[in-house]
Amino acid sequence: MQNNTKKAKVPLTFKDKEAGSYFIMGFANFVNHQIGKGLLFLGIEIGYIIFMALKGVSLIQGLYTLGTKKEGWVTVPGEALPILQKGDNSMLFLIYGVAAVVITGLFILMYFINLSSARKLVSDRLEGKRPNSFKQDIKSLADERFHGTMLTLPVLGILFFTVLPIIFMILIAFTNYDSKHQVPGNLFHWVGLTNFANMLGANKILSGTFFHVLGWTFVWAFFATFSNYFLGIIVALMINKKEIRFKGMWRSILVTTIAIPQFISLLVMQNMFNLYGPINEFLVSLGFERVDFLTNNATNARIVVLLVNLWVGIPYTMLITSGILMNIPNELYESAKIDGASAVQIFFKITMPYVLFVTTPYLITQFIGNLNNFNVIFLLTGGAPTTTEYYQAGKTDLLVTWLYKLTVNNYEYNLASTIGIFCFIISATISLLTYHQSASYKSEGDFQ
Amino acid sequence: MKHSSIKVRKTISTTLIYLILIIISIIWLIPVLWVVLTSFRQEPGAFTSNFIPEHWTLDNYRKLWTNTVYPFKDWFINTFWVACASCAISTFLTLSVAYVLSRLRFTFRKTYMNIALILGMFPGFMSMIAVYFILKAVGLTQNLWALVIQYSASAGLGFYIAKGFFDTIPRSLDEAAKIDGATNAQIFYHIIMPNSGPIVVYTALMAFIGPWNDFIFANVVMGDNYNKWTVAIGLYQMIQKNNIYNNFTQFNAGCVCIGVPIMILFFILQRFYVEGITGGAVKG
Repeated sequence: MQNNTKKAKVPLTFKDKEAGSYFIMGFANFVNHQIGKGLLFLGIEIGYIIFMALKGVSLIQGLYTLGTKKEGWVTVPGEALPILQKGDNSMLFLIYGVAAVVITGLFILMYFINLSSARKLVSDRLEGKRPNSFKQDIKSLADERFHGTMLTLPVLGILFFTVLPIIFMILIAFTNYDSKHQVPGNLFHWVGLTNFANMLGANKILSGTFFHVLGWTFVWAFFATFSNYFLGIIVALMINKKEIRFKGMWRSILVTTIAIPQFISLLVMQNMFNLYGPINEFLVSLGFERVDFLTNNATNARIVVLLVNLWVGIPYTMLITSGILMNIPNELYESAKIDGASAVQIFFKITMPYVLFVTTPYLITQFIGNLNNFNVIFLLTGGAPTTTEYYQAGKTDLLVTWLYKLTVNNYEYNLASTIGIFCFIISATISLLTYHQSASYKSEGDFQ
Repeated sequence: MKHSSIKVRKTISTTLIYLILIIISIIWLIPVLWVVLTSFRQEPGAFTSNFIPEHWTLDNYRKLWTNTVYPFKDWFINTFWVACASCAISTFLTLSVAYVLSRLRFTFRKTYMNIALILGMFPGFMSMIAVYFILKAVGLTQNLWALVIQYSASAGLGFYIAKGFFDTIPRSLDEAAKIDGATNAQIFYHIIMPNSGPIVVYTALMAFIGPWNDFIFANVVMGDNYNKWTVAIGLYQMIQKNNIYNNFTQFNAGCVCIGVPIMILFFILQRFYVEGITGGAVKG
């Protein structure tokens, strides 16, 4: 909306007295008596130059080398005995290097803000407007620039605790940071695309594991999402039926599971399906054999995780679709009945298309959530049953739980990061392809 | 004749549905019931052949809260504190981001929403180790503040549902206030927030339950400092292979202590949960 009304940008040429802002940040503000703002810009520039001179350059160099000195005993001329040399820490070189690059990026951003502030002053001068005072600038933070005020803290949080770590982990995928290259004591280095090549075929055990786990991840996500979805809708339909009484009670019983923390319900489920757990005791008392649900038989374990996932997930779908079902116009059903449609026809021709239309975004998020469903797998089976065919993974491991094991048990950070990148590519592709096609994305702007 | 056959069929289908619902209810309630019963069981050990305890006792609860090897009391206080702090901070952040994106128009807006969407697709703990090292660099590992910071730091990404809700509040309200000279800040605090009960409660509920349920990040950050553990890590450790025989009944008592307050809270606020979800997610 604003874009249409925006004025053409006034160029900042060297004839203008404000042009000094190209070299000295805040110059334009000083010549227009905006001392406070000018000092702010100038301070940022001086601070950045000092930082780069003292630390920044060597930090960025370190990002290139990732450290050169190994920790160890070295003989120094003039000393009788070898002394312990403190080694470089590749990890810190990487973190600080990335931080220096991010700081540089922020500085460049500030530089352009400084230029646009100068440009604004030029256009104000040409129109004969008085430039904003510092006080007015501060005041505008509660109104015209309220978005700036409200977004600063969240954006900083995202920058330091989401973006920076992600950049960092992406970079790790291009190094050899594994159990043999642990810091301190040993250094790790850039290795280019080796990890990706290993994962995709160069290393037979690794790539074999990768494709098997990937396959199961997709099978799991598909069945977990759609079984929950359709059964949830059916449960919601049953409860919503006119003749059924105590609707609130039925819903509340199901909702109990949402209210219980997952780490409890899943650990409890793990015990219920244990070889000596209550379900097996029940089977024995009926005269059956014990079934090893979780630890020995891959097919059993996979079926059980899907079933338990129903227990966890159906209530969510039920809650959400209950609301949607109540919104479907009743006339649709009545006219369908007059035309002699059967219950099945009504379900497939009216209910499903309507629900599907409204819940597409939910379905996509569910699918991606299931691709990365850590809790259900880790707390229920821990990836079991284990197998020697796989590299550090079990038959029910998803890519994410495999990633976790590689990190926490094996310190193979490079492989874990590589898998993380694959997870991202898969999730991003699916959601971009589907979400950007969906009605709720396209009509976002129209809604206002 | 035909009329009565329809009636019969209807009765049959209704009875069938009741039957299915009863079976479903039993399946959904048995694990919960089992936890509660086990928490009152006197016999130790993980499994017994009888569903209902032979001897009842309150010892498990008493032992749990006075345990020094597994300081459940400390874990409970830790978790409660972390959840309250993160809930307060991230509710505020989420709602302000949602308001800004719903109501104000600025250059960066669409970009921000797209970036948020993409960032949300990275598997969360892919970056966990990096966050761990960052926290270590500032000396915050094995510290409860680390958890609060991490849980609140991503609040700016979870704005979608709240934004959807704010989108449905008529803009004429803001415009009327603007004519009266209200600033955007005043509109947020005095008009939008008071009219958004369900979404405020929904956001707060989710922000509170998130930290209660988090296992993996807390586990990585806290390491072996068991005094600073949260209940999720503690309860998980209590039933690892070596400890399960002695701790199992206490573990169940712990589950009841954690689960029941959340369940009560949830049932009281269920209405807001449903309104929040359907109001925000569905009106696309």
